[in-house]
Amino acid sequence: MFSAMLGEAWRAMGANRLRTFLTMLGMMIGVGSVVLMMAVGQGAQASVKQSINAMGSNLFIVLSGSFTASGARSGSGSSSSLNVNDANAISELDGVSNVAPISMGNAQVVYGNNNWSTSIIGTTPSYLDIRVWDLEDGYVFSESDIRSATRVALVGKTVVENIFGDVNPIGKTIRIKQNPFMVLGVLKGKGQSLDGRDQDDTIIMPLTTAQRKILGNQFSGSVRQIMVQANTPELMPMVEQNINGLLNQRHNIREGSDSDFFVRNLTAVANSAAETTRTMSLLLGAIASVSLLVGGIGIMNIMLVSVTERTREIGIRMAIGARERDILLQFLLEAIVISIIGCLIGLFIGITGAMLVNKITQATVVISGESVMIAFAVAASVGIFFGFYPARKAARMNPIEALRFQ
Amino acid sequence: MSLVLVQDLHKDYQTAAGAITVLKQVNFTMDAGDFVAIMGPSGSGKSTFMNILGCLDKPTSGQYMLDGHHVAELDGNALARIRNQTIGFVFQGFNLLSRTTLLDNVALPLVYAGVSRDERQSRAKALLEKVGLGQYIYSLPNQISGGQQQRVAIARALVNRPRLILADEPTGNLDSVTSEEIMTLFSELNTEGISIVLVTHESDIAAHASRQIRFLDGRIVHDERSQSSLNVTQIEEVS
Repeated sequence: MFSAMLGEAWRAMGANRLRTFLTMLGMMIGVGSVVLMMAVGQGAQASVKQSINAMGSNLFIVLSGSFTASGARSGSGSSSSLNVNDANAISELDGVSNVAPISMGNAQVVYGNNNWSTSIIGTTPSYLDIRVWDLEDGYVFSESDIRSATRVALVGKTVVENIFGDVNPIGKTIRIKQNPFMVLGVLKGKGQSLDGRDQDDTIIMPLTTAQRKILGNQFSGSVRQIMVQANTPELMPMVEQNINGLLNQRHNIREGSDSDFFVRNLTAVANSAAETTRTMSLLLGAIASVSLLVGGIGIMNIMLVSVTERTREIGIRMAIGARERDILLQFLLEAIVISIIGCLIGLFIGITGAMLVNKITQATVVISGESVMIAFAVAASVGIFFGFYPARKAARMNPIEALRFQ
Repeated sequence: MSLVLVQDLHKDYQTAAGAITVLKQVNFTMDAGDFVAIMGPSGSGKSTFMNILGCLDKPTSGQYMLDGHHVAELDGNALARIRNQTIGFVFQGFNLLSRTTLLDNVALPLVYAGVSRDERQSRAKALLEKVGLGQYIYSLPNQISGGQQQRVAIARALVNRPRLILADEPTGNLDSVTSEEIMTLFSELNTEGISIVLVTHESDIAAHASRQIRFLDGRIVHDERSQSSLNVTQIEEVS
């Protein structure tokens, strides 16, 4: 009996193909836009998440403070208030898993006929642990390289592409500010940071080497910033407080006066970026859902017209023995078939659209089984919800009046 | 036991101008195998009476027993079941589903009876062959003549092996030759034991029945038995 009714629904849909298509179009556009928007939104979320993971988790960055010269205050990181001993002291604090003092700057790098300006990061091996940054090839410099300020370097992918081309960089000598450096390793690609910087356009070397040979610090041992990683997200507030206390004490800063350093919570920044994209994808989904709703109303509209047009048919069916629920089921089934077929085509359109977006803009799109299932379930319920009223109207008709209908 | 037993039936309609009484004190009994023709002018209540007999409408008061059931006590599903299995309807306007093949039209009541697809097809096909339309089973109603459409409608009425056929002016849209063919078909069905109630305006059509009833102003004013076999022979001689 069910298959017979499904056949009738199919026939009724085929009887007015243009109208059926237009009804489906509402569903198609609705489902298509929901799938597309969700794919784009989830893609944005995924790429933010990836950036956060690439940055490292539970991170603080301690920046040296500003200094004032002739009344002009320079920005943070300009004074030389932080040094390696501060970093060592921070690493003794509870809840801190990794600490990396960092000095950085820019320098011209030469290999053979090629040269390239890139950022130089002088740090300790723990920097790579904090940033979850592996090597593609070669090995990391050691603590003894830091002690003796060896001229060795780890090069980022972008640098490799620009000065080495196809040559294997491991063991080659590059010149940075006239100093020969041996390439120890090649860093794995990390892509863009949250603010769009190319993180692979960099060279990492021992902190002492960078300070003495490249950046030329005024005071030996001073660093621009210290990266601190807490053990767990829950420990972050405590760790932040302890860093402040420790550095105030070490720098002899009395309570109430300005600190000569700043502690930034990088994870909080990253989380707010993640929150923004989540809000954005919710918003996109909400807007797309409106079109799904409009599609549903379209179905109801057409079904009402269809019920009125087929009043006589309903009367005939009742006269030959259709029960109320047979009529209800017949029209409901028709609405559901229309919405499900519309939904399937909409899924196809949405997925194709998402792939096109990916092709054209290179933006990450994520088509999850979850979003497809949600779209499908919503479409089916839209069919039931908006098909129910017209179907009930049909089922409650008076057979005599329905038979008399011209 | 009577197939149809109607006692003291009243039917009122509420209209803007007040209540209108359409049927008054109607008493009617019909045995299985009867062939009854109902006649009467427009507005005499015969259509309302047919609708009540067909379980499409309910009386305001009075009793209607069909095949031993008190119809007033039945709910919507039970009434639908009676229309599906005990009664077969034939209408003036044929009332076939226009986009549906003759085979599926005839098989439709079996869908609501929950009969399997194969059996639906074979029973519908057999009946279409019986009414002489075996070669048109996959045609659509608009591809055949009015008389043929009415044969399809009769086949549909018969497909669930009903005890009673209710025909509301079945020849009203047909020419006289075709009308005779349809009436001959009804007479054959009656001899096979199916009870028939037929509403008509024309006395020569009513003459095919074994009993003629006349309605006037909501009452049965005339109830007469005739020798139907005699009438059939007379008409055959004429044509």
